[in-house]
Order: sequence, then structure tokens, then C-alpha cells
Amino acid sequence: MSATMPEKGKMAQLVDWIDARFPMTRFMKEHASEYYAPKNFNFWYYFGSLALVVLVLQIVTGIFLTMNYKPSAADAFASVEYIMRDVEWGWLIRYMHSTGASAFFIVVYLHMFRGLMYGSYKNPRELVWIFGMLIYLCLMAEAFFGYLLPWGNMSYWGAQVIVSLFGAIPGIGESLVEWIRGDYYISDITLNRFFALHVIALPLALVFLVIAHIFALHEVGSNNPDGIEIKKLKGPDGHPVDGIPFHPYYTVKDLVGFIVFAMVFALVLFFAPEMGGYFLEHANFDPANPLQTPEHIAPVWYFTPFYAILRAVPNKLMGVALMGAAVVLFVFLPWLDRSKVKSIRYRGWLFRSFLGAFAVSFIALGYLGLMPATPTYTLAARFFGVIYFAFFLLMPWYTRIDQTKPVPERVTYHAH
Amino acid sequence: MTSEVGKSNEEGVDGGRRHFLLVATTVTGIAGAALTAVPFLASWKPSARAQALGAPVEQDISKLEPGAVVKVNWRGQAIFIVRRSPEMMKQLEDPALAERLRDPKSEQSEQPKYAKNDVRSLKPEYLVLVGVCTHLGCAPLSRFNPADAELGADWPGGFYCPCHGSKFDLAGRVFKDVPAPTNLKVPPYRFVTDGVVQIGVDAEVA
Repeated sequence: MSATMPEKGKMAQLVDWIDARFPMTRFMKEHASEYYAPKNFNFWYYFGSLALVVLVLQIVTGIFLTMNYKPSAADAFASVEYIMRDVEWGWLIRYMHSTGASAFFIVVYLHMFRGLMYGSYKNPRELVWIFGMLIYLCLMAEAFFGYLLPWGNMSYWGAQVIVSLFGAIPGIGESLVEWIRGDYYISDITLNRFFALHVIALPLALVFLVIAHIFALHEVGSNNPDGIEIKKLKGPDGHPVDGIPFHPYYTVKDLVGFIVFAMVFALVLFFAPEMGGYFLEHANFDPANPLQTPEHIAPVWYFTPFYAILRAVPNKLMGVALMGAAVVLFVFLPWLDRSKVKSIRYRGWLFRSFLGAFAVSFIALGYLGLMPATPTYTLAARFFGVIYFAFFLLMPWYTRIDQTKPVPERVTYHAH
Repeated sequence: MTSEVGKSNEEGVDGGRRHFLLVATTVTGIAGAALTAVPFLASWKPSARAQALGAPVEQDISKLEPGAVVKVNWRGQAIFIVRRSPEMMKQLEDPALAERLRDPKSEQSEQPKYAKNDVRSLKPEYLVLVGVCTHLGCAPLSRFNPADAELGADWPGGFYCPCHGSKFDLAGRVFKDVPAPTNLKVPPYRFVTDGVVQIGVDAEVA
């Protein structure tokens, strides 16, 4: 073969050798250099690739943390302090991991909001959305299990409160709680199993789901700010006329996003790794004490919208059920939305108002969940909770009667 | 699909048998997987060591002064044992107090049968409570002195939770207008002798 094609270099020969045995080039083409993405992606399209970056960051820093962390009630707290003080660069690796946790939720919430704005969950992307929601659920579990590991007092009591939520289930509640803890209280046994789930089970599930999410996306093709299916209009070369190859066009664009993200991340990492108690709560600098609760128990910021809903309901079981519903309802969006158009650009004022009110109530609930539950705050949480659920439950109605604008044939694009 | 089935039949394949085997192996496989899951799921239950450590604990209360409290650790929870003084008992009998309580008769609250009475105890003098606030699991503080400076002139003495301000009387009964929904729990307990109380085992009530 090399005799008939002498122009092929050693590298090309190696690639040929691999391609005959493993679909390397085909894979790169399918998912990068010949994956045609709409050319009108905007700012909001950074957060998917950033979520992938943070996932890698969490996995790498996590692996290095396990090398010095000890998952036992007797040693856990001290081993984290050991990492912070005695391990070379241990403080950096640990702060990258703890800041990365909050960064993960920031980019994922923005990524999800993008999906809401541009109708990215709608037909034919239902499975992309559902895989995404499963990723979000795994991420919440991952964050919750990880939060117990430093074995600080807020870790301890946070786990105590969250695990107790399952006790609200009638009949099996109490034994279920005992089964989750593996003990009669949050103990060494609980810590050890949360560690196993945090470092093996959930990361594996997350990686698998991320692959499924991307495969589903590349099967149907990306949505865009106009909510137009670019595959409908193909050029003579068989590629969408409004599409450009993901690589190099979007790899370069995402690289810019990554650099800006890395700058912000580094600022937090070096100047405010605790973020004033929002990323690492102050009460967590005391070791876990089963007999002494912190003065004010609040989850980390990314869970507080749901925590506020839980506290706003006077009945414990109803509170737990509504909190669960607040998360699960997202899964049904593809079928709750009856609108003919995808993107907010061509939707009417009804959808825009509901989405705006939803975003405001999500942030307001997040704030209220951080505050003590005074009567005024509880009332406010109920008010915003009603708006939160109205967004989902009234969606079949307001998306159907909403006045939509005609969607153009081609995406909106201004060459620079 | 139909053409495939037809073709198979031409080749002398018994479709019925094939279907039966498919269903039978699937069902057997699922049953086997379910049974295999049992050990893994059961391994999450409290282990023999956890159960042993969660065994009943005994506390000598013979030297407990009237009006004093002793705290015992049982299953990682603080158990409060209070020896109530005659003055404290008198406080509990005040009919005005019951007016201020959410569940004075302990109808909505958790306690063994023998502690479902006005003083919420087996022997009126000794109060045994789980020291975990029924709101969100914080640890209430002992504030036994009436008219406590912080809790106001009408404070009859009892327990106060610093987390969200829940108040309980000297029988662990919750006051109205506080976040905690029910009275403090009473654990199962019994008196081994007059001076020794055992937490974790129910008393046999005649």
C-alpha cells in the first residue's frame, strides 16, 4: 500500500492503521469536524461546553482529593484540614473542587434556562432534555453526598435534615431512613457509604448520562436561538445552509468562553473560595457534633429554592412531595408546552411573562431558602412557590393561546 | 417483520416454542437478577455492630438532684432525664398552661403508651425525653427557671430551641405559635431498679 501511495506520511499511515481497527476518524468527523451546528449560537450556548469542562475538573480534583481524604467519622474532618494545611497544593485542589461544585450548578442552571428560552426541550429533542434532567438529578445527589464528606457540623446536620425528609413517606418512611443511614443516626457507616456513592457510583452514572445527552443531541442536531430546524434547508453539498462544522468554528468559540470562565473561576478560587459562606458554609468549620445543631441550618445555595418550597408548606409530607415535584416537573416540559414555535423570539407576551416570573421566583425562593423562616419570609415563599408551579401547570393553557409570531425560513445571523 | 416470521416458518422454525423460550428465559433472568440484588440492598441495613451499638443504655439516676437534668447518648441522640422538683410539678398542673400548649394531651405526639399522660412520664417525678427538636432536629436547651430573662415573664420553665425559637414545657409539650409541630418525643424506657433507668426498652405496664 505504501508503495502505491508514497505521498502518505508516517502519521497518516498510523491514522489509517487505527481507522482500520477503530472508528477514530469517523468518530471525530461525526461529532466534531462534520457535525453541523447552527451558525447563530449566542452567549447562552457557552454553558453546555463549560459544564463538560467543570465535570472534568471535578473528576480530576476529586481523584486527587481521595488520595489524602479518609472516609471515616474519626478521621474525615482532620484529613480535610490535613489536605488544606500539610499536603503540597492541597488547599488549591480542595478549593478547586469546592468552588467547582458551585460553578457546576451555576453553569447548569444557565444551560437549563437557555433550554427554556429557546424551547430546546421541544420535539424532536425530548430525549436530549430528559437525559439532561437525569444528569441534573445525579448532580444534586452527587452534591448532597459530597457535602457530608468534610464531616463538618453543617455537613452533618444538613444530611440529617435531608435524610429525615424520607421519613415523611407514610408507612415505610422510618425504616427507609434507617436503611439509607445504615444506622440509627448519621454515623461513620453513613459517611462511608456516601463516600462510595460520591466517588464511584454517581460519577459513573454522570459520565454515562453525559455521553447519552451528547449522542442524543448529535442525532437530532442542535437547536438555536431562533428555534429553527436547520436540517430542513440543505445546500447542494448536503449540509444545512445555516450550519457550520462544530470543529473548528465552535471549538474556537468555546475556547474563548472557557478562558473567560477560567478567569472568573480563578478570581473566586484565589480571593473568595468560601464566597462569604455561600460556597463553604461557616458552620462547617466545626467538626460534626451529633449533639449540637448549628444555630441556623441552610443547605448550600444551589438547593435553597427547593428548600424554601419545603419549608413553605405547613404539612411535612406535602412539603416533601411538593419539593420533589418542583424538580421532577421539568421532565414533563416537552409535553406541557403546546406552542407551535420553540424560541422566545417568536413567542407572545404570555410565555415571556410566565418565563420571566418563573426566573424571578426561582431566584427569590433561592434567597428565601437561605434566610430563617420568619412568618413574613414564609408568606413570601408561598407566593413565589405558587408562581413557580403555575409556570409548569398552566403551561398547556398559556402556550396554546399565546400569540406567536411567524418563524422565518433562515436563522437570524449578522456577519461580523 | 411479518415477512421474517413467514421466512422462519418456511425454514421449519417453531415460532411458538421460540416465543415460549424467550419469555421463560427473560422471566427467569429477571427473577435471578432481583434475587441477586437482595444481598446488595440488605447490606445497607444497620450492621450487627451498628445494632449492638444501638442497644439499650442504662443510666444511674439515684444521685440526680431535684430540678437537675442528665443527658445520655442513645443511638447518637441526646436523651434528657430530668428529675422534676415539686415546684416544677406544680407548674405543670396550672390550668392556664394547658391553654398555651398546642397538644396538651399528646394526641398528635410520639410517645410510648405509658407516657401518654399530662406529665408525659412513667413516674411523674422523672421526665425522659429525646432531646431533638421536632421541627428540624436541633438540640433544645434546658431553661428550667420560670420568668427567664430572655424568654419573658410568663415563661413557666421548660426547653427552648435556639435554632428557630420553639418552646416546650417541663413535660416536653410544645407551645402554640412556634415552628415545632409536636411535643418532644419520649423514647422507650423502663426502670431497672428505682435508681437505674434503661433507655431503649419499653416498660411493661400492668
